Amino acid sequence: MSKSPWLLHYDASSCNGCDIEVLAATTPVYDVERFGIFNTGNPKHADILVVTGGVNAQSSSVLKQIYSQMPDPKVVVAAGICACDGGIFKDCYNISGGTDTVIPVDVYVPGCAVRPEALIDGISKAIAILDEKRIQSREHAACEVHYDNPGNKGE
Amino acid sequence: MSTVSVITVICYLIFAPVVGLFVSGYDRVITARMQGRQGPPFLQPLYDLVKLFRKEATIVNRVQTAMVVAFLIFQVFTGCIFFAGSDILLVFFALTLADIFLILAACSTNSPYSNLGSQRELLSIMAYEPMTLLTAIGFYMVSKSFNVSDVISMDKPAILQIPGIFIGYVFILIIKCRKSPFDLSTSHHAHQEMVKGLTQDISGNVLGIMELAELYASVLNMAVVGLFFVYKNPWSYLVALLVCSVVYFIILLIDNIFPRVKWNVMLWSTWAVTFVFGGANVLLLDMLRTAVKL
Repeated sequence: MSKSPWLLHYDASSCNGCDIEVLAATTPVYDVERFGIFNTGNPKHADILVVTGGVNAQSSSVLKQIYSQMPDPKVVVAAGICACDGGIFKDCYNISGGTDTVIPVDVYVPGCAVRPEALIDGISKAIAILDEKRIQSREHAACEVHYDNPGNKGE
Repeated sequence: MSTVSVITVICYLIFAPVVGLFVSGYDRVITARMQGRQGPPFLQPLYDLVKLFRKEATIVNRVQTAMVVAFLIFQVFTGCIFFAGSDILLVFFALTLADIFLILAACSTNSPYSNLGSQRELLSIMAYEPMTLLTAIGFYMVSKSFNVSDVISMDKPAILQIPGIFIGYVFILIIKCRKSPFDLSTSHHAHQEMVKGLTQDISGNVLGIMELAELYASVLNMAVVGLFFVYKNPWSYLVALLVCSVVYFIILLIDNIFPRVKWNVMLWSTWAVTFVFGGANVLLLDMLRTAVKL
């Protein structure tokens, strides 16, 4: 699981600063494919959801839907300070705050814009959480205990 | 069926995924190097496959999983026919049937991307099918038999008489391997105009089954390339292996050089190559034989 994390990048309301840094991580300079990280556009194939920008009224429902479409186990990385807690747009009338106001977030990577190095570090932390979640879900299945999907808590 | 063909089929069943993973790993590393990147580890396709089988699948309807499993079964069945040295015409027809199951799997969902992908896959079949038929005809003209076992026991390699058909087959291999510029239905690269197309709604371990089928398919596709070079001489197998790796390298180069084309460009260019190289080859071979007889 940890050797093949597939990413899905969603721009909630980013100024594109963080988006460009997310893309920069896939370029020859940083090349995240070294770690088997693959940028897929499809939520049904993704393991890690990278969100950039604060959540607004228009993007919250989309974010919820994308998250619900991702098969378990899955982790969410909030990339950039806006995705972490709303950043400088926190008090805007249309911004509900960071990603965690809508869906559960596992890793927060601050920065304006987020540095590719920091992002890669955050994703490696997310990969460790992904492994934990897989083991947890397997144990739950073995004990025949109903697995309470953490995704439903935020909804 | 002879003992040799039974052993070959068993070897195919066991080792085809291994060889397919090897080819896929080579593919990803070489592609990364062509783009000036370090690229993933060589075993990355194996890691991906293992992960997919450990993932939960979102089942969108009852039909889809059955269709994907049918795709795998027919893909493996097709390979078995080929490696048993049986009828090559049956191989190509069964291969199309396998692909039809994949199209049905994509068609069965509500996703517009998936439906669009299945329509494009049908167009791809329409583009490459004449050439596959000509390939079978070409092998028949050379060996007077549709059987693979007869083709590999000839005195001279088939390529000497059907080089045009070989060029045509390599051309359609770009479509079959889902490589740019003809990766219309689904792409190995991210950010396609219709996301993942054909595989949009196939996820988790069901996607793993599909990837496994694609590994069998890639081995079969390369084996047909090798068939052009294999003859009585055992050394010809080594030549075939070398040619296969060169052909795959050329396909990767084309993949990295050309952007994706629209379906109509794919259709006319593939048919043009089919009729110019494949058609002319068959016609010339026939005319030469008639002239020699006279």
